[in-house]
This record gives sequence, structure tokens and C-alpha cells, in this order.
Amino acid sequence: MEQPPETGDLAPAELARRLTAACARHFGCTVRVEGLFRHSGGASRQTWGFDATLEHAGSPQRDALVLRRDPPRSAGTGALTGETSLALDRGLEFELLQVAQRHGVPVPAPLFALTPGDGLGEGFVMRHVPGTAIARELLRDPRYARTRANIVPQLGGILARLHAIPLPELPALRRTTPAEAIAQQRHVLDTIGEPHPVYELAFTWLERRLPAVDVAPRFVHGDFRTGNFLAAEEGVTAILDWEIAHTGDPLEDLGWMCIKSWRFGAVENPAGGFGSREALFAAYEAAGGEKVDVARARWWEIFGTARWGVICMAQAWKHLSGAEHSVELASIGRRCAETEVDLLQLLAEA
Amino acid sequence: MAQDRPHAPELLRAIREFLAADVLPKLEGRTQFHLKVAINSLAILERETTNAATADAAELARLKALLGRDGSLPELNAELARQLRAGLRDETDAALMAHLRATIADKIAISNPKWR
Repeated sequence: MEQPPETGDLAPAELARRLTAACARHFGCTVRVEGLFRHSGGASRQTWGFDATLEHAGSPQRDALVLRRDPPRSAGTGALTGETSLALDRGLEFELLQVAQRHGVPVPAPLFALTPGDGLGEGFVMRHVPGTAIARELLRDPRYARTRANIVPQLGGILARLHAIPLPELPALRRTTPAEAIAQQRHVLDTIGEPHPVYELAFTWLERRLPAVDVAPRFVHGDFRTGNFLAAEEGVTAILDWEIAHTGDPLEDLGWMCIKSWRFGAVENPAGGFGSREALFAAYEAAGGEKVDVARARWWEIFGTARWGVICMAQAWKHLSGAEHSVELASIGRRCAETEVDLLQLLAEA
Repeated sequence: MAQDRPHAPELLRAIREFLAADVLPKLEGRTQFHLKVAINSLAILERETTNAATADAAELARLKALLGRDGSLPELNAELARQLRAGLRDETDAALMAHLRATIADKIAISNPKWR
């Protein structure tokens, strides 16, 4: 079999073969890869779980690992909109995991980055972390009844540590001011070209109430929310999905976490469905985070609601443009109305 | 010429119920998840084929009154979006807000009536 850099995506058997070779290269021994399975999620940014058995001279050692990869992009699907263009490449995501881990943020331990010779596209391998990210289970399953009380204090503490990471330790990241954040979303709206009066109303409202620009920029996760962390019965085990990380106002992460869409039906608990905003802010401050300016956090919550609406449009657009055919992406387009309901409510209350 | 029964929402419902009762239990993993998404989308289409024509007509009538001009739904929404981006109208405009509330209420009644 020839092994040139492929142009399309790989059959699972070929993926397993190349992954086995990449693991052998990294671990310096024969590796057996088993139980390779694909997590749900996009076709362009894939996550695979697998078991790797390292055949050391002594006893074999079995590790649960995860592959995060972007297949090589096919021509003609570039210039996608919105969050896609803001997303970090896998190499940067790997570096961020390394830095976050050093600073006590729970993450899947990053093991090694893929190289071009691996023929797997861009990506990296990390350790599997026990726990579930599924909001429905965490919010409703009796086995997490005691866990639920711990989640908000833990997330507040983790965010404080994350925001305290000194910027010089991080790879170069895009800096996003509130005004730029609005401009990014309007750019997506204009690219897609489907008029949404409620989003325009919200962005103009936000533009007229921009937070002070002298906020010292901090490391911002960018997608810190229920659904993007793993928790087991003892609590949060890992923060996932670092690909929208940037620098800017740390309260962006707190506001984003509180938008109604991340409460997964537990609407009475703004902090990700698990507790109050006040409890989240208190935990954040107690762990060394800055005193939370409630009005600024609210600005980011309203911005986040509109941003999620625009992401819904952009996800559907991936399907509609032919870049990535998916019933899941297509259906997300119909979730815009949820954020429009929420925005009208938020602006009426403001 | 009108089509024979079942009407569109009735046919969509028959498909949805078949998929949920007979196909969904046979699947697992990603494929089962995607079928759940598809079944939910069929429910949206049932509501849409029943209610969208009335909702669209009402939205168009409101837009014409609000903007004081004629045009198609996409044209008038584009014009309203432009005015909102430019700050020519805002949340202090009671007629605007009444229009948006009515429009979004009709949208969510189709896309996700359980949303609160």
C-alpha cells in the first residue's frame, strides 16, 4: 500500500493502521490499537476513542487514549464562516492543553502531536479521562445527584485558574475586544446573508453598551459550558474543546456559561443548569478570580446568546453550502428561534 | 390540484412514527443519535406544513405596515435588518418590538414549542 498524504478521509481500518504506526513512533515500542470508535461530532473535526496496548519488554500496558484530528481539507470547502474561521488548529490546541495542565486546570493529558508523516491530518493524541459530558445525564441521572452540587464551585475555581495563566506562557492567540466580538458575528451574518432582525437588534444594543475597553486581557477559553466538560461522580474531571480559545475579557467565559441554551432545560439554574450566577461568581472570586462586574457578565451573557444563534446559522450553513453534509448540522439551523426568544426576553429585562 | 390524503403533515407523521417505533430501537451510537435528530426535524416539518403559511402571511403584513412599503418577506426582512444594524430603529420602538415578539412566537411554535 502506498502512503501519500491522502486528499479525502480514511476508511476506519486504514485510520487504525496509521494510528498504530503513529503510537509506535511516539511510545518507541510495538503498539496494538483496539476498539477504535468515533465520538459524535463534526466530520471536519473528529474525535476517536481507542485502547492502546504497549508491548514493552516486560508486561504489556493498556491505555485508554483519544485521537483528535482534522482530516486534510478537500479543496473548495475553505472560507467557511464564523466560528470555523476562529477555530484554532490542532497544533495550538495541543499546546494549550499542555499549558493548562501545568496550571492545574483539569484536562485530558496531551501525549503527542501528529506529524505529517503519520498521514492522519492535523491532530494529537491525549489520554482518555473518565466521566461524561452529556448534559442530560449530569443534570438528571440519580447517580450524579451528589455531583451536581459540586459542579458550580468546581467550575468557578477552574475558570479562575484558567484566567490566571500568564499570557507569555501561551502560544500566540487572537485578541478579541467586545467591539471585535460584535464585528466577528456581523461578518458571519453578512457572509450567510439570511437577515435576522433580532440578532441585528441585539448587536446594536450591545454595541451601544460596550464594556470599558481597559480590561486587562486574559486567557479566555471561549467555549466553557455544560457539554464541554467531563464529570464523574466525584465532580469535574476535564475541561474540553479549547479550539475557540483567545485572549480578552475573562467575563466572556462566565457570561457564555450562563446562556439559557447551556442549561439544557434546567432554566432556573443559570450557571450551566447546575446553580445560580451568584454561586458561580462567588466560587470564581473565592478561587482568586477578579471581582465579577455583574453588568459586564450580563453583557457577555446577552452577547453569548446572540453568538450561539449565529453559530446555529453557521452550522446549518456548513451543510447548506455543501461543505459537510449532515442531518445534525442541518437541524441546528432551526435552533436559531430559541436564541431569538431568549434575546427578546433578555433585552426586555435589561 | 390538491394531493390525495394523507396531507403533508399526516404523511410526515406516519414516517416519523415508523422511524421512532420500528427503526430507532435497531440502531445504536452515532446513527441512532442522528435518527433522533431526524425524527425531531420531521416533527418540526409537521408543525411547519400546518402553520407556516398563516405565520408567513401575518409576518409579511406586519412588515409592510412597519416599514411602510411593499416587498417580499426576504426583501422586507433584509431592510428591517439593515435599519436595525444602522441603529435607525431600536428596542424603544413599540411597534417594532410587537412585530418581533409575534414573529418569534410563531417561529418557536414551529421549531421548538417546548422552549421556555
